[in-house]
Amino acid sequence: MKQFTYTITDSVGIHARPAGLLVKAAKALDSTITIARADGRSAGATKLMALMGLGVKQGETVTVTVEGGDEEGNFATMSKFFSENL
Amino acid sequence: MVVMQGSGVSKGVAKGPVYFYQRAAAAAVRLDAACFEEEKRRLDAACEKSVEQLNALAEKARKEAGEDAAMLFETHAMFVEDEDFTDCMTAALEKGCTAERAVEAAGEQFSAMLAGMDDEYMRARAADIKDVARRILSNLMGIAEGGIDLDGPVILAADDLAPSETLQLDKRKILGFITRGGSGNSHTAILARTMGIPAICGLGDALKREMDGCVAYIDGETGRVAVEPDERTLAAFEEKYEKQREMKTLMETMKGQKDVTLDGREIMVYCNIGSPEDVAAVQANDGQGIGLFRSEFLYLASSDYPTEEEQFRAYKQVAAAMGGRRVVIRTLDIGADKQVGYFALQKEENPALGMRAVRICLSRPEVFRTQLRALYRASAYGRIAIMFPMITSVWEVRECKQACRKVMAELDAEGVPYRRDTEIGIMVETPACVFVAEELAKEVDFFSVGTNDLTQYTLACDRQANDLGRFFDPRHPAVLRAVKMAADAAHRAGIWIGICGEMGADLSLLETFLAIGIDELSVSPAAVLPLRAEIRKTTAGACTLERLKC
Repeated sequence: MKQFTYTITDSVGIHARPAGLLVKAAKALDSTITIARADGRSAGATKLMALMGLGVKQGETVTVTVEGGDEEGNFATMSKFFSENL
Repeated sequence: MVVMQGSGVSKGVAKGPVYFYQRAAAAAVRLDAACFEEEKRRLDAACEKSVEQLNALAEKARKEAGEDAAMLFETHAMFVEDEDFTDCMTAALEKGCTAERAVEAAGEQFSAMLAGMDDEYMRARAADIKDVARRILSNLMGIAEGGIDLDGPVILAADDLAPSETLQLDKRKILGFITRGGSGNSHTAILARTMGIPAICGLGDALKREMDGCVAYIDGETGRVAVEPDERTLAAFEEKYEKQREMKTLMETMKGQKDVTLDGREIMVYCNIGSPEDVAAVQANDGQGIGLFRSEFLYLASSDYPTEEEQFRAYKQVAAAMGGRRVVIRTLDIGADKQVGYFALQKEENPALGMRAVRICLSRPEVFRTQLRALYRASAYGRIAIMFPMITSVWEVRECKQACRKVMAELDAEGVPYRRDTEIGIMVETPACVFVAEELAKEVDFFSVGTNDLTQYTLACDRQANDLGRFFDPRHPAVLRAVKMAADAAHRAGIWIGICGEMGADLSLLETFLAIGIDELSVSPAAVLPLRAEIRKTTAGACTLERLKC
């Protein structure tokens, strides 16, 4: 299992558009990706409604967990995705 | 006659029969479920069809309305395929519900979830979920899309229209919109403005279904709707309608035409815009490019410095939407009459002569660098030109160019793509700039005259002061001579010069500008076609500098 934290810079937070892109990106990977908020609530990265339901706002820090499969490679893909889209 | 008053959200007048928008009614929902497998099969087929439609809509939107509109439908498609959403529907089927009921239940559950969030953006997404559920339902029940099955054009009446509904409408059949709800920011209003047809919203319960088929006159300027009008009302509407029709017919013929004078001089007619949304108006009015994209909206709409990413996205969106056409983006021009709290600028006795525009950029390199990085990164997606405002000295331009080179070196090192040949220009809006125009022209790729400030500084007249009246005269020979001096310097150096101030749209000055040799006029989108019509009637060679005389 690998983890990283990321502070959201997008002004609207994890809104529909990046959430949709994240779902697409996560579905293409062979690891289970989970996004957790500081208060412990979490959602699978392949679930759009759940991700939007987290209501993550700009400035909030989330923990991204990559589990199973090619953890090394998928960790890198996810870090890149977050810095480019969120 | 019934007269209703709403709020006009898109100008123009229209007359025609009222037609109520038909949408799938949940009343037709089947209550007796067939076996689970049969319901599941129907649901899967309806979902699959919905995704196909949404992807097709996304493609259509990408061509007609740009990347943002396309993304809306792609997100809708993702909602349909989302695991949580499909799980919820399957669970309902397992409980013995019909496919229709399962869609309704999932739509209700998730729109309620979003509607209950403490974030305005997320709450607004509840409407998207409802829209998606409605689409799946329509497909389940085999209701045709499009909403209008009439031969002739109509005035479309509805409660309000969802984004996918507005996009599916056959626009050739719509003369105008009247809605019970909605606001100036609703999808209906935005669509109407883009289409250039009238829209009136907020009519409330006064708008009745019985009006279906009645002839109505609507005025998007005053917000008035007259159903089966009496003779007097009719006459007033008719007059306005005729005027608009004549103008429109004339202007329509201008679309696709070149901005060329009778003797063959081509002028670049560009548009001034203040936000990425305005690009739709530029395209609708056939602007050849964007001559002034004010970047202030990013700073004014924000409570803190906008990030490089936010800026990059906005610039990229406009550059990409305009294809290969030139998009001149002005770097931040705050200070003077545009104050932003978080810049924490000191209070000045004379802000118009104070710390503003490029002076802020050169004093705060980090703020400048962020904007330049965003601009250069976006340059890879179209044809961006960068313009610096409030220039008075050659050294300022050299420092700006130095900052650009630094940013380019950074991007090179990071391997980020950008266009090295991105044009750099300056606003000509101070007398000092005019006096050293000869030297400045050798430093940059273009000039653009900001006539409002040039008038204020040349005539020593505060443009904000209301009581200066005849003293504030943008057509003063001093101002026009200043424009000519700048133009002569530009042409001697082989660069182009434009006008992006309000004077550019003043048709009575066109001859003077042509005589001066102005290459580009940047005006509000709505002014493009009238200006084009005037240019095509004018002989550049016969224009005189008469107005420059005292």
